[in-house]
Amino acid sequence: MNDTIAAISTSSGIGAISIIRVSGKDSIKITNKIFKGKDLSQVQDHSINYGYIVDKDNKIDEVLISVMRAPKTFTREDVVEINTHNGIAITNKVLELLLLNGCRLAEPGEFTKRAFLNGRIDLIEAEGVMDLINAKTEKARKIAMNEVNGEVSTLIKNLRQKLIEILANIEVNIDYPEYEDIEEMTNKNILENVENISFEINNILSKSEDMKIIKEGIKTIIIGSPNVGKSSILNRLLNEEKAIVTDIAGTTRDIVEGSIQIDGIVLNILDTAGIRKTNDIVESIGVKKSLDLINNADLILYVLNNNEIISEEEKEILKKIQNKNHIIIVNKVDLKKKIDLSILDNYIEMSIKNDTGIEDLRKKIKEIFKLEKINTSDFTYLSSARSISLLKKALISLEDVKKGIEENIPVDMVEIDLKNIWSTLGEIIGETYTDELIDQLFSQFCLGK
Amino acid sequence: MYEVIIVGGGHAGCEASLACARTNHKTLLVTGNIKNIADMPCNPSIGGSAKGIVVREIDALGGEMGRNADKSLLQIKMLNSAKGPAVRALRAQADKVTYPKNMLNTLKNTSNLEIKEAIVENLIVENNTVKGIILEDGSKIESKIVILTTGTYLKSDILIGDTRTRKGPHGEKPSNHLSDKLKEYGFKIIRLKTGTPQRIEKSSIDFSKTKEEQGDDRYWTFSFDNEIYYNKNSQIPCHLIYTTEETHKIIRENLNKSSMYGGLNDIKGVGPRYCPSIEDKIVRFADKERHQLFLEPESIYYDDIYIQGFSTSMPYDIQEKMVHSLPGLEHAKINKYAYAIEYDAIDARQLKQSLETKVIKNLYTAGQINGTSGYEEAAGQGLIAGINASLKLDGKEPLILKRNEAYIGVLIDDLVTKGIIDPYRLLTSRAEYRLLLRHDNADMRLREYGYNVGLVSKKKYDKFLVKKKEINNLTEYLKNTKLTPRKEINDQLKKLGLSEIKESISLYNLVKRPEVKIEKLQIFIDIQYSLEVMEQVEINIKYEGYIKKSLAEAERMINLDNKKIPEDINYDKIHNLASEAKQKLKQIRPTSIGQALRISGVNPADISLIMIYIKKEYFYESR
Repeated sequence: MNDTIAAISTSSGIGAISIIRVSGKDSIKITNKIFKGKDLSQVQDHSINYGYIVDKDNKIDEVLISVMRAPKTFTREDVVEINTHNGIAITNKVLELLLLNGCRLAEPGEFTKRAFLNGRIDLIEAEGVMDLINAKTEKARKIAMNEVNGEVSTLIKNLRQKLIEILANIEVNIDYPEYEDIEEMTNKNILENVENISFEINNILSKSEDMKIIKEGIKTIIIGSPNVGKSSILNRLLNEEKAIVTDIAGTTRDIVEGSIQIDGIVLNILDTAGIRKTNDIVESIGVKKSLDLINNADLILYVLNNNEIISEEEKEILKKIQNKNHIIIVNKVDLKKKIDLSILDNYIEMSIKNDTGIEDLRKKIKEIFKLEKINTSDFTYLSSARSISLLKKALISLEDVKKGIEENIPVDMVEIDLKNIWSTLGEIIGETYTDELIDQLFSQFCLGK
Repeated sequence: MYEVIIVGGGHAGCEASLACARTNHKTLLVTGNIKNIADMPCNPSIGGSAKGIVVREIDALGGEMGRNADKSLLQIKMLNSAKGPAVRALRAQADKVTYPKNMLNTLKNTSNLEIKEAIVENLIVENNTVKGIILEDGSKIESKIVILTTGTYLKSDILIGDTRTRKGPHGEKPSNHLSDKLKEYGFKIIRLKTGTPQRIEKSSIDFSKTKEEQGDDRYWTFSFDNEIYYNKNSQIPCHLIYTTEETHKIIRENLNKSSMYGGLNDIKGVGPRYCPSIEDKIVRFADKERHQLFLEPESIYYDDIYIQGFSTSMPYDIQEKMVHSLPGLEHAKINKYAYAIEYDAIDARQLKQSLETKVIKNLYTAGQINGTSGYEEAAGQGLIAGINASLKLDGKEPLILKRNEAYIGVLIDDLVTKGIIDPYRLLTSRAEYRLLLRHDNADMRLREYGYNVGLVSKKKYDKFLVKKKEINNLTEYLKNTKLTPRKEINDQLKKLGLSEIKESISLYNLVKRPEVKIEKLQIFIDIQYSLEVMEQVEINIKYEGYIKKSLAEAERMINLDNKKIPEDINYDKIHNLASEAKQKLKQIRPTSIGQALRISGVNPADISLIMIYIKKEYFYESR
């Protein structure tokens, strides 16, 4: 974190201006080298300065430059923001000049990382900002905003507060056993509290799962035998539904063929080994590979041909997708019907040629993911995979608590799992073990000899 | 010339002196008054939650407190016996006459140990290394190592109402200059405060208005020697009473007369949170209608009764009223008034984990001077300081107990890492791995160390090894022995009051059932094992899952503790360290990443910066 970093911080090609952000101890010095106007090292803190970006004597662009000195900046380092007129060529040129004069190109998320490392924001906020950057839709942006605002932190903090009160009570019973006038925390009391906490965590979790869908999109694959019309369905979806360009590496490691939006939810259609090129997935990659794909997907669009009878391989795949979110599409209904529909319990009929069935598909997707319900819910829920997995870890400890209580394990041992829940929740909001418990003990109870 | 000089004859000083002398080092104990050796100036009890386990640990390591307490009991009981094994601890009323007398006898009968009455006012320091002590009269005594265990005697002031008197407990003479000298040497001096309640003439109390609290109806000992010196049927009871509405009214109306609430306006000392004065309790917990008080006997040789929970710094006349408002004490005669005491201590963050100071080489400190309170906390530190002084003289590495090995380890790590605000008392809640730090397994944890440093005799160590082997044998036997659901087996189980088995089960798994005790299964076990052995095995089996969790947690901490921070690290060179973190790291100079993480104000982000820096600068292997 010694060096000075720079990057274009607005998305290229959108909006009237582009902003290039520079952060680090030399950010003002370096910018000064390519700026014609006031001496930036002398200007007021947090000021906006008019001038030109120059390459030697050539004027590159007319710009406004914000100079913000540490520590009151996003990264707590000296930060310069250059507002250029839009245009990829010009913006890139300015960035190039900065790099030539001593900046290093920032890695994705590096500004946020510095803000976090410099103690400007906590872990949840850092994740929130990262999500804000990655937010593809308006809804995802709102969730990201909420995390920044610390509403999630508040929810978790409340749960932890409940826990620490129980913990302090147990501790005080242990450390001051002769004090009869302090309420005894019994397994029965703990059970009641644990049920509540468990309910609340489950609540956050189930909403969070929805939020994950909103933010990361629904991983969708289209599979089917050769010539069932997978590629035409894909093209139809991508062309008609306003497609989002996804050249930015997304939140998943999958290669996304294209994305569509349904009710503000992103449907990421995964590239199943290049549907459009090979057109015969099952044949070319085999059943085993398509099973892997099935396991990895949130939604499977399985395409059958109305004009063919269902093959043994297809029957096998049908069995495999039964327990996953799937939609069976009977394509080419414009052709003569040879398929035996009686063995299918639920399907959509489609004809790309006659442009029928696309609307049914959309409805079905909304139904499966209860998208209407998501629309009306509030957005104060966790959305990062890390936080969700920690919450699940807390739930496992909650189960251990319940099990311990059922087996009549002494309260001071059950407390081991309670403490685990407390510290796991602490991990979510980036709070490590401190002497919180001891402080709670002394503020909550009147103790002493 | 002496090898070690110990300054102060309290609980820390006694353990330190014995540890050094018993490991064959010529030792001098300097005390202000021989009569006050191993004195108990506050409550007449040894042990209690967490503290009782410390006494067991001291004994396992070869210290004296456990044995000495066993010889001086008025009453003893196991606390938390209804709870799990991890939180059980012994608490005893110890006779305030017998305890010091027994300790003094032990000291006097220890070879290599001399005792001298004097007040120490300075140290001989050359090249940042201590070379001895300077007494009040200016005379010098040289030594290789000095251990300061001065308790509350550094610039102590007794506070009562609006009066401040430069005195130690019992009106003893304090050391007026030593803490100033320490400050000149570079120690940060802090001011602490504590207090003690009234002592009441026993015959003036109407015990019919109190609730009697007896000791346990079975024998207990702190020491693993298991020698019984008392009769369980003639233990001296304590008595429970409660404050009254009248008590609270008197205190509220006279609050400004208390030293702490305006009686004195120059109070700098911070008092203990766990042991607040009665006026503190009434102010901070205003809605509480009454507070519990225990009437505890001090000795069978005189008639003072100690009112636990009633410490105060009110003037005498108000104290009279307060005491007389208590049930049964309406006509009580106060033999000694309560007082608060303010004293100097050092900031223990200037110590290494070995209790040697970072400021002056070969100087160790232990006990209340380090900011703790409690006889047991003092003794534990004294023992470790003594052991480490001895190891240093022998050119060996210090004994540093980890947080998962002993409460003493938790105590010292807390002191040197976190620092203190108020006098530090051990609590079970301070120990993250308390399931591993039990009363019952202190010997399993620490006997080996005690033997290796030379404080546990070969005979005692062999006894321990036998116990360890038997634990192993019994565990293996239980694992390897299966019961089959034959009729005769089920009949036997039924006779024992246990439910029948439907399929074959090892005795080990049978013991996992909550209602099954190993003792009950004796007919299925080939050898008769001792109760102690059975207890160990039973706890290990019954709570196996929880113990494993604690071990896994401890493992994580050990990994972090094993990541050493180079001694010469320059925190100024690590960029972007938060300034609070940097300042604390520079002050405390943690020896490991684990210790650094336990410093409040040092965040995980700072830790990753330090780790990256170390990797870069020292080609550090993280694993």
